[in-house]
Amino acid sequence: MIKVKNNHRTLNKYSKAFYHDWGIMTIKELKEKSILYRETTLRIIRDSQSGHTGGDLSCIDILNVLYNEILNISPDRVNDPDRDRYVQSKGHAAEALYAVLSENGFMPKEWTKNVGGYLSPATGHPTKNIPGIEQNTGALGHGLPMAVGMAIAGKMDGRAYRVFTLMGDGELAEGTNWEASMAASHYRLDNLIVIVDRNGLQISGTTEEVMALEPLRAKFESFGFCVREVDGNDVAALCSVLKEVPFEKGRPSLVIAHTIKGKGVSFMENQVQWHHAVPTDEQFRQAILELENERMAL
Amino acid sequence: MLRPVEKGIANLECMASVLTAHAEKDSSIIVVTSDSRSSGKVSGFARQFPRQLVEVGIAEQDSVGISAGLASCNKKVFTVSPGSFLSARALEQVKNDVAYSQNPVALIGISSGVSYGGLGATHHSIHDLAVLQAIPGLEVIVPADNNETEAALVSYLENPRPVYIRFGKKAMPRFYQAPDEVKIGKVSVLNEGDDLLILAIGEPLWPAYDAAVALESSGVRCSLASVHTLCPIDRDTIIELASHSRGIITVEEHSVYGGLGSTVAALLMEAGIYRPMKIIGFPREEMVTGSQSDLFRHYGIDAENIRKTAMDLLNRN
Repeated sequence: MIKVKNNHRTLNKYSKAFYHDWGIMTIKELKEKSILYRETTLRIIRDSQSGHTGGDLSCIDILNVLYNEILNISPDRVNDPDRDRYVQSKGHAAEALYAVLSENGFMPKEWTKNVGGYLSPATGHPTKNIPGIEQNTGALGHGLPMAVGMAIAGKMDGRAYRVFTLMGDGELAEGTNWEASMAASHYRLDNLIVIVDRNGLQISGTTEEVMALEPLRAKFESFGFCVREVDGNDVAALCSVLKEVPFEKGRPSLVIAHTIKGKGVSFMENQVQWHHAVPTDEQFRQAILELENERMAL
Repeated sequence: MLRPVEKGIANLECMASVLTAHAEKDSSIIVVTSDSRSSGKVSGFARQFPRQLVEVGIAEQDSVGISAGLASCNKKVFTVSPGSFLSARALEQVKNDVAYSQNPVALIGISSGVSYGGLGATHHSIHDLAVLQAIPGLEVIVPADNNETEAALVSYLENPRPVYIRFGKKAMPRFYQAPDEVKIGKVSVLNEGDDLLILAIGEPLWPAYDAAVALESSGVRCSLASVHTLCPIDRDTIIELASHSRGIITVEEHSVYGGLGSTVAALLMEAGIYRPMKIIGFPREEMVTGSQSDLFRHYGIDAENIRKTAMDLLNRN
């Protein structure tokens, strides 16, 4: 068995102290980014005529904060062994990830024109064909076990990188998540940060109707996570909580990010039918108009 | 003439000694176990290299997912778990996290085939080759002896890639003098003769060898070859050997569907090589209870049945 070494408290540019002072973007700039990513996501879905609209929009603010404020990665360092790792377990939110990666220079915007189309470099779920994507995901319940392996490797090598994984709430019914949660706690992986996009809806209805998750916080705490809850559509709150990781030395961190499925477009919000619906041209225009109005109001 | 075989040890024990020898100089070698270190013969490795062992408990899906994560961070990962569970319970992790994501994990299927014998169908893996052959990006290797075992492991260590390596439990004779006689990816030809071609994979190479010796003493000249690398299969050598034979027998510790026999039959048909052929393996029916050797005998994976099948095929009765 590996002996867990505390390698996480060295004061370097990846440490918590460093992040406190980072302050790359103002909150207003971050909010503008979220609007941009939502617009790009909707364009990708419209252009490709497919996508998981509701779950894309719910996690945009999380991806925004991760990629612009938290993750120690950049397009020119996608193979740096010391980079932070991000594994998107909710692979169906690929369009949101492609929006962020293309706007942030990881992948050409051209690649997002026909996601899932014939010979497109971008598949309907994330793949390592796209620079910056760490694992091929899409089948649910796979991200956390892989992230655990990556975090164990970091501990073994004495590297300071952190491993973040974003999970949907519906996918928590997959048993592998709980196997991996046991391992995360057993190996005291304080370099592992799990974020649950708790939008409360899945394809067939609410999570509580389909397969009840609550009391979710207590479940994760009993598995050994140090848990925080946050408004997952509030970039300031997300920055604040994610800059505090690890929440406790020797324990994996977990953030329950309470979000709104379809966030940012009034007629998509909290509507289960938008799980993977594609907007019509008129709906697309309306959605973009709402986002532009939101930008004006900032 | 077939070379006499020498005594060997169980391939799993051989694997453990190869891993231990390499781990001494390569700290990137990691063994992942799912409460399987004893049955996988890696208890000694675990004691000697505790920092290079990751125990995940009885959770095979998790073991493969964690292995994929480790491999993506430049570890050489050997995931040791019964073949039945690796190739069925953890199949989606093998398909997506290892093969599709191209994370270079060596999936070590232990006690595979019917090695668990009387423990029953829950513990048998006579489907694994069929299932795993259909997954792109995954190699499938079934070593028959200690030399093939070492060659397979060294081939992974020199070139880490997604691979399933299937082991049984039985102490096997050594069909070669050294591991470098085995080329992973190539069929190993142990004997050449124009009357009959016997192709075997894994532990059934032993009864196939004994049958070939008996047939030679009856005047039947046999080619005998070990197809340790099932995927990608050495198509050219098999076509060459088959085109010089009058009949073909394949022998495997696997269902007759989707393993060595059906793969060889398909590639020969496509190549236009038509020969009388018999696939020896397990039928698609509920298996009787018994030890591995009981089951081999019951289903004809034994030297006498292979010999008799050969004589029937060549109309020598």
